[in-house]
Amino acid sequence: MDQTYGLFLYAISLLTMGGIYSILALGLNVQWGFTGLFNAGIAGFYAIGAYVSAILTTAPSVRHLGGYEVPYVVAFIAAMAVAGVIAWGVGKICLRLRSDYLAIATIGIAEIFRLILKNETWATNGPRGVSMVPKPFETLPEPYNQLLFLAMILLTVAVIYWGLERARKAPWGRLMTAIRENEISARAAGKNVERYRLQAFVFGSMLMALGGAYTAHYLKFIGPNATDPLTATFLVWVMLIVGGSANNKGAILGAMLMWTIWSATEILTSRLPDDLAIRTAYIRIFLIGLVLQIVLQKFPQGLLPEKRQ
Amino acid sequence: MIELINFYIVPGLVLGSIYGLGAIGLTLTFGILRFANFSHGETMTLGAYFAWSLVSILGWHPLAVMPLAMVLTVVVILGIDRGFYKPFRSSPTIMLVIASFGMMLMIRSVIQFFWGVQVKTILPGIQLPIEIFGLIRISPKHMVIVGSAIVLMSAVYYLLKYTKIGKAMRAMSDSPELARLTGINTEHVIMATWIVGGSLAAAAGVLLALDSHVQTLMGFKLLLPIFAATILGGVGRPHGAVIGGLVIGLAEELSTYPWIGETPLLNPGYKAGVAFAIMVALLIWRPSGLLRGRTT
Repeated sequence: MDQTYGLFLYAISLLTMGGIYSILALGLNVQWGFTGLFNAGIAGFYAIGAYVSAILTTAPSVRHLGGYEVPYVVAFIAAMAVAGVIAWGVGKICLRLRSDYLAIATIGIAEIFRLILKNETWATNGPRGVSMVPKPFETLPEPYNQLLFLAMILLTVAVIYWGLERARKAPWGRLMTAIRENEISARAAGKNVERYRLQAFVFGSMLMALGGAYTAHYLKFIGPNATDPLTATFLVWVMLIVGGSANNKGAILGAMLMWTIWSATEILTSRLPDDLAIRTAYIRIFLIGLVLQIVLQKFPQGLLPEKRQ
Repeated sequence: MIELINFYIVPGLVLGSIYGLGAIGLTLTFGILRFANFSHGETMTLGAYFAWSLVSILGWHPLAVMPLAMVLTVVVILGIDRGFYKPFRSSPTIMLVIASFGMMLMIRSVIQFFWGVQVKTILPGIQLPIEIFGLIRISPKHMVIVGSAIVLMSAVYYLLKYTKIGKAMRAMSDSPELARLTGINTEHVIMATWIVGGSLAAAAGVLLALDSHVQTLMGFKLLLPIFAATILGGVGRPHGAVIGGLVIGLAEELSTYPWIGETPLLNPGYKAGVAFAIMVALLIWRPSGLLRGRTT
């Protein structure tokens, strides 16, 4: 009985994190899948969302900025707004240049943000991070608290999915495809390419911030190294490419599938002897990288190819 | 004043020449293969680890094993090109950016797997600085680093300026279509680009290891400064990359000098942000770089 209950809780946590990664993958899908924008700094926007939401909701502490204790919804909206403003600035500078520059600038933003989080100890408690972040529904008895949190995540994924599907089928989505496929003819048709690109970049980054905010509350902690930033960015990319870029179902499928594999292999490797466990952790990253390369070369469409009207 | 030279300008030049070496390879791949190679930092790390292993096996000075480390790194890089970049030759270049982004983590994880994550030293012992005119103090390793960088940069200058393959590389960087029309073998040029870029990256890694330590993130930490140096010098311009590297290196060190009052102008924790700030400023005002490289 205990074992089934444990498995049940594990399944909930798997779905919760899978759902959070789905939000991140959907955000990347808006940027890369629909519009063809390369964002190498997913972790940066994720961290912005996580810190803003954590600091706004956590009880006063001498170690970091806080004590505002605003409602969760307000904190989520603020997290998305801050990330949106930063994305707007980055996009404004880089979107008019060739695609590689956006990639370089976004990885730079993520690194700079990590520097700020580490150095501004008065606000962020530096490398030790913000702990005791409140978690929605945590006062309820187990497993209902976990289930309700999962419901909140899945509901968010559903709402985002529904909205993105509407947008994809609307003139806005078709225009995005047009810009991605043939920028010059989109321009010739009198479309303001920069403006639409900027919209997609800002919106995608806001979704990433929401994913970050949810994670901070779910784990009740956020620090500059809570997740290896590059691995997090990379994982989301692999999820979208494997699932199928420009397909919203593909983004969710890829996130759930890759997260299950990622988390299951972690359980396997953590049972090995210490030295071996540390080393095999690197093999996991290598293999995930190899999966990305193979999909990129042999099945560039991913599991669920893009649907064309 | 002497303090400024000894503790800020000299380290800035040392760092700058390492950046310059790294940026040459980056600017060549950017110019000739037309993509921002994210795995270039990891190439440097790989070179440093090869050198560390060679030093511990052979017991030679790091400089003596450097050529061997460069060859080993080039072999790996050519293999990576064959397996992971070549299939995308006719695809949009952004596919190469994604592939190199993945490669960055793959190379790093292989290094972490084989060598572990502990910080290693390549040249044990402390060296006393040498005094020049009784005022300027330079440590021997810094002289070795700058000297090696000058030798390598001169070799690249000669290669690009006077040899046939060097001229072909420059031609392809200027206009790939025109180069192909004049009968230049593009695959040979691409191979030469990886050989030059890979060996310089390995050398930069070894010199960086001489300056500080060997660790798995050493190359990644250089990625932003060398991107900044590349953009500063103009994409596709090796001499611009060298100047860009020196400017970024000096700017990083000088930003922490107490110019106003007693405290450093910039918290040293933000040193790594200087390169990024310069890069953003360039992208806003002069994306083609100070020396007018290519923008598209």
